[in-house]
Amino acid sequence: MIAEFGLAALWLAAALAALQLVAGALALTSRGAGLGAIVRPVAMVQGVLVAVSFAALVLLFAQTDLSVELVAANSHSMKPMIYKISGTWGNHEGSMLLWVMVMGLSGSFVAAVERRLPEPTMLATLAGQAFVSLGFYAFLLLSSNPFTRLSSPAIEGAGLNPLLQDPGLAFHPPPLYIGYVGLSVAFSFAIGALVTREVGPAFARAMRPWVLGAWIFLTLGIVAGSYWAYYELGWGGWWFWDPVENASLMPWLAATALLHSVSVLAARNALRAWTVMLGVVAFSMSMVGTFLVRSGILTSVHAFAVDPERGSFILGLLALNIGGALVLFGLRASSVTEGERFSATSREGALVFNNVMLSAILGIVLVGTLYPLLAESLGAKVSVGPPYFNPVGAIFAVPMLLVLAVGPLLRWRRDSLSRIKLQIAIPAVLLVGTLIWAASQSIGVLPALGLALSAALAVASLLPLRGRKLRQVKLPLWGMVTAHFGIAVALLGMASDAAFTTERLVAARPGDVVEVGPWQVKLQRIEPVAGPNWTALRGDLAVSYKGGAISELHPAARTFWAPANETNEAALKTRWNGQLYAVLGQQADGGRWQLRLWWKPFVPMIWYGGILIALGGLLALFGRLASDLKRLVARDKIAYRRARQGR
Amino acid sequence: MSEPKPASRWTLWLPLALFAGFVALVMVGLYRPADREVASAMIGKPLPEFALRAAAADRPGLSSADLADGKPRLLNIFASWCVPCAVEAPQLAALKDQGVEIAGVAIRDRPEDVAGFLARHGNPFSRIGADDRSIVQLGIGSSGVPETFVIDGQGTIRYQHIGEIRAEHLPLLRAKLKEAGL
Repeated sequence: MIAEFGLAALWLAAALAALQLVAGALALTSRGAGLGAIVRPVAMVQGVLVAVSFAALVLLFAQTDLSVELVAANSHSMKPMIYKISGTWGNHEGSMLLWVMVMGLSGSFVAAVERRLPEPTMLATLAGQAFVSLGFYAFLLLSSNPFTRLSSPAIEGAGLNPLLQDPGLAFHPPPLYIGYVGLSVAFSFAIGALVTREVGPAFARAMRPWVLGAWIFLTLGIVAGSYWAYYELGWGGWWFWDPVENASLMPWLAATALLHSVSVLAARNALRAWTVMLGVVAFSMSMVGTFLVRSGILTSVHAFAVDPERGSFILGLLALNIGGALVLFGLRASSVTEGERFSATSREGALVFNNVMLSAILGIVLVGTLYPLLAESLGAKVSVGPPYFNPVGAIFAVPMLLVLAVGPLLRWRRDSLSRIKLQIAIPAVLLVGTLIWAASQSIGVLPALGLALSAALAVASLLPLRGRKLRQVKLPLWGMVTAHFGIAVALLGMASDAAFTTERLVAARPGDVVEVGPWQVKLQRIEPVAGPNWTALRGDLAVSYKGGAISELHPAARTFWAPANETNEAALKTRWNGQLYAVLGQQADGGRWQLRLWWKPFVPMIWYGGILIALGGLLALFGRLASDLKRLVARDKIAYRRARQGR
Repeated sequence: MSEPKPASRWTLWLPLALFAGFVALVMVGLYRPADREVASAMIGKPLPEFALRAAAADRPGLSSADLADGKPRLLNIFASWCVPCAVEAPQLAALKDQGVEIAGVAIRDRPEDVAGFLARHGNPFSRIGADDRSIVQLGIGSSGVPETFVIDGQGTIRYQHIGEIRAEHLPLLRAKLKEAGL
């Protein structure tokens, strides 16, 4: 019954999305104006129904209902409960249902709370959201139905890939999806604004919390994914320019640009067409990323559900949604009147520069991700990696970070650098000083630039607080300062990982002592350990930092047997100033074992910085929501007073 | 710099044009997935010239001249760090026992690792060259490990097998070797 109930809820939700689209579109014409009243309630019910449908699927997985094909193919009755539940989205159909659920819920949330925009813009926005959702409903119902029953129930489920049975991995899709799909709201707002030609500060204020919220989730998702790759893959690297990583980075870059341009639009009514364009691009990048991953068109460690038929379906959806939005943009953007003017040296000028650089980096990542595909269609096989992404990205990242140090100190509209020359002198001195020091240390160009920029930015990011009473500083400003400081922190981690990492690869006998950086590592013994579905060889290492207290590390090489797979469990020892990273390799001859050791000074700063960046977003979001709420209350008070006076 | 004037009409269509290019590109990619199985463009072409130092102490190194001595053989691309390479070891051993000569190229490997690998999984190779920077690998159109090539007596590539050799692949490989003149 639950499966049928979930399927019925899904069909109903799809029908309501169709109604929402038609009613919203008709309500914009003079004849159908009466239909406008039903659009918001329909959007809310649609969100509830799709959530009910998703809950039904979770329940089926929790109960391990083996008469449902999806459950039988992806679950197992003996799995721990948390992996039963995470199994709901650990497959193609379930994750698409999660996608439409997030989309439906955000649409219903917008319908419920957003009252600042002119009603026609809201109707067009909700119709746009319904249009995009409808495509994904069709995809689910017609080609990826998660509720299909088996003609006779399976006796036992097929299980879940043991590598996915990791708490971090099991629960990373929902936040990432909230990030990806949250951007659909910005997309729909952009459509609504284009259709009704209402691009202005009110539009920007309505869109901003959505962009911020989605961006926070994306940031956290990327930070978590990077850390997972770092400790789980056992290569000691934290970013691999894998297509799936790029697929999450591209919407993030677009959302970061959007976040800044939307602020310009809200504060200064400038950058109108550009903000709308970014609103379209950000969610388009989410969809493109999903398509690239799901269609299996790019070879990636993440490729699952490789299926050309589904790929074609998603491609059709992409063409319809993105192509449609871009046609609308081409038709309407020229009539979006020019915004307020500003001079090059101004807050707006710096933000425009930031936007252009972020877009350039986005372009570079997109080209690098697609280039193997292009080359393959021309008959060559290539893979594009760090030698392309790092230096080419840096060409744009370095100027962007330089402007980032100065921009927040500038005033809106018009300013001059001479006004703030004393303030920027300190970071400038730090920048040059670090570069000179780095030159004497035989550090590579990029890491040296990273260290110098990090030092300069760490100071510069705090300067906007100078001369203010800290208690009176508004939350959005705290947010900006925190996020920008987080960039400096993350940059320190990245640059020092590249500049100062020491690596040792040794074949050690039990009893041998290896030195790596300031660490002494003693291999005590190798012992076999058995887990539920794996066996492992585990090394006992006694490590001490500069001859200090000894602690134990246990790197292991695990062998899974169903399905057969080998993984390396790296062991990490974190200090405030870096991380010791140990991997146990294969057995060498003569009773020796390969042991790979890294001392990575300040590497955890990469993720601490990422968390600070997300925290900055959170502070800004709270600040904005609080002031929105205040404004709403004030407006209600005025309306109330007027009503009383009128009486 | 002020905000650019309402951009000229055609620039507003530029994003759409770029997107159309993207769609065209992925459609090509989507409908030619078979490409991954089709063998390399190097089939029928001679091996590029190379000379690799020995990767293991007890076997000589490998040069392109060694592969054009009139005798057809297999060229196996492997690495000690590659798990599927260990999986195909019994099949290579079987081929060797049937009199097939197999030359090896170890990719980005260390002598001690290669020695350990051969000690664990057997050594079916007559010669093993060390390709430390994947130059030969890329030159013969291989993009991963393991891959196995059928080379005829003139040093021309006759067949490329991508991935590990499983028992079910053996008849095809033998047939290809026969075609190459073995």
